[in-house]
Amino acid sequence: MTEVAQPPAEPPAALRCRRLVKRYPGVLAVDRLDLEVRAGESFGLLGPNGAGKTTTMEILEGLTPADAGEVEVLGRHWGRGGDPALRARLGVQLQTAQLPEKLTVFEAVRLFASFYPAGGDVEAVIRTVELAEKRAARVGKLSGGQRQRLALACALVGDPELLFLDEPTTGLDPQARLKFWELIEACHVRGKTILLTTHYMEEAARLCDRVAIMDHGHVIALGSPAELVAALDAEQIVEFAADAELEAPALAALPGVSAAARRNGAWRLSVRDMGAALPALLAELERRGAALNRLATHQATLEDVFVHLTGRELRDG
Amino acid sequence: MAEPSLAPAGARRRFHPLVELTRARILEFVREPESMFWVFVFPVLLALALGIAFRTQPAETFRVAVETDPAGAARLLELLREAPGLAVTPLDAAEAGRALRTGRVDLVIVPAGAATPDGAPQWTFRYDPTRSESRNARLAADDALQRALGRRDIAAAGEERVVQPGARYIDFLIPGLVGLNLMGSGLWGIGFTVVQLRTQKLLKLFAATPMRRPHFLLSFILSRLLMLVGEVGALIGFGWLLFDVRVHGSWLDLAALSLLGSLAFAGIGLLVAARPRTIEGVSGWMNLVMLPMWIFSGALFSYARFPEAVQPYLRLLPLTALNDALRLVINEGRPLYAGWFELAVLAAYTVISFVLALRFFRWQ
Repeated sequence: MTEVAQPPAEPPAALRCRRLVKRYPGVLAVDRLDLEVRAGESFGLLGPNGAGKTTTMEILEGLTPADAGEVEVLGRHWGRGGDPALRARLGVQLQTAQLPEKLTVFEAVRLFASFYPAGGDVEAVIRTVELAEKRAARVGKLSGGQRQRLALACALVGDPELLFLDEPTTGLDPQARLKFWELIEACHVRGKTILLTTHYMEEAARLCDRVAIMDHGHVIALGSPAELVAALDAEQIVEFAADAELEAPALAALPGVSAAARRNGAWRLSVRDMGAALPALLAELERRGAALNRLATHQATLEDVFVHLTGRELRDG
Repeated sequence: MAEPSLAPAGARRRFHPLVELTRARILEFVREPESMFWVFVFPVLLALALGIAFRTQPAETFRVAVETDPAGAARLLELLREAPGLAVTPLDAAEAGRALRTGRVDLVIVPAGAATPDGAPQWTFRYDPTRSESRNARLAADDALQRALGRRDIAAAGEERVVQPGARYIDFLIPGLVGLNLMGSGLWGIGFTVVQLRTQKLLKLFAATPMRRPHFLLSFILSRLLMLVGEVGALIGFGWLLFDVRVHGSWLDLAALSLLGSLAFAGIGLLVAARPRTIEGVSGWMNLVMLPMWIFSGALFSYARFPEAVQPYLRLLPLTALNDALRLVINEGRPLYAGWFELAVLAAYTVISFVLALRFFRWQ
């Protein structure tokens, strides 16, 4: 294999893909996707089920070939020789993979360690993911959270530069999720580049330096969680239901309100200034003689960014 | 033993991925009691059952019924009383007919009423000429009756009885069961496990690591070869202990042959499991591959029973080749190279199935 010298023009990116396309029969899973993850960054792909997150991950992991587009992982390209050497620098955790149930925790990690030339200290990795007490337990006997931590151990045992985590906390209870987040944060602190997919906005907000919101196979928003929320031009969200005919333009024109939309029979206002917006809303309802059935407010989140961009909620799929 | 706490030494010791993959295969197998049963215990139970059902009886006794309704039955019963090798039962016509139909007797003798003018009784043999034991019973009964009535042999024939170990059904059966077992555990053991790993997405996860893919496939072969010792050993040891079935050929030849047979079926197992995504799918393919060989490969009965025109094709089946070669070594005590054709068939299956499996293997 001859290496083509790369011009050192661009800053180092751990991951880069351009105009990525992947078609499955009847579905355009990934639609001209551009993405760049910087070295040392924790990057999240946020989106509903079927947005193309997992397909994108698998293309980047070199498991699925793309139909078109360019992929660069740690400065290398899949299928041009040296794939195993590139894989040795990656750690992969798959959404649905079940580790061998009959093996113990130690045996499973030791098996994965043997694949990596720089295979680390099995015991140390097991301690890192806080499974030391379970090292002799069969994989089949572990709880959901413990299994996910074991999967993380198997991904970490080769001491990777780049870690892929596909929906790592889906199906976990809140406590197990919190524990997993702490482990990911620790990996991030140790300087690993992390690419994770999730459909939990709070997960993306907590773990990711930057987030790409995906829908229908392409990125619809990109930035740090704070930037994305700020771009909403709303600090607060007001949701209410009233038994009167209201019009969106009239509501959006209220003082302190930046946008209004109707969903499932309820109204949703993006609010810049709660102090101005709430009295104005109540006065408007009073003027129309409408009774307020429900009123809730919350801090704007990534979820609201997604709703704002697509008109749908993340969990709608 | 002297130093109790050298604990961390083992933790960092690293083995070749092939060793680790093989170890994982074997641990998973050994920790699954059901698969242990099917691979090691079931074939022995099967051998026991068939060995008992087809055991060699000391001397064959024919079961003969004499119909009691017609006149002359008493005379015939009297004549047959001392007859060697015949178990004679008087039955009425209806009962005798039933007994013959259901195989409880081999032959019915129907007395034909009054004797001839010179005092000799008359009778009819009723039997199914397609049953060999019925034909033999007819000959034995006729001989006994004629002798009792005074027939003399014209020529004197001597007799030399030889009961040869190595030519009994159980001698035929044990090598056949070894072959069946190597086929079954090769196909089920590998095919099932591979598809299970695929549905669990573990194959995909392995493919995402720097693991070399041929190592993964080779680990199945290696683990099969290690288990082979137990599988073949259990059957051969059992046959020897209970039925005195001996290995007449060289043990080394037997080991080499089992190895080659196991390789061939491991390759076929990998090939069958190369594509299917579900356990149901792979089970169907396995049955399709194995069922014809259960019947046509001379495992439980000789394939010489099939028309001569198809036998050359039957010899091309991998299990036929393995069974023929096993019998050559175990029963006939011939050197392995005498079965060069069988060895070539097995080697061809091994190589071709491996190459195809590696080529078409679906990792996700």
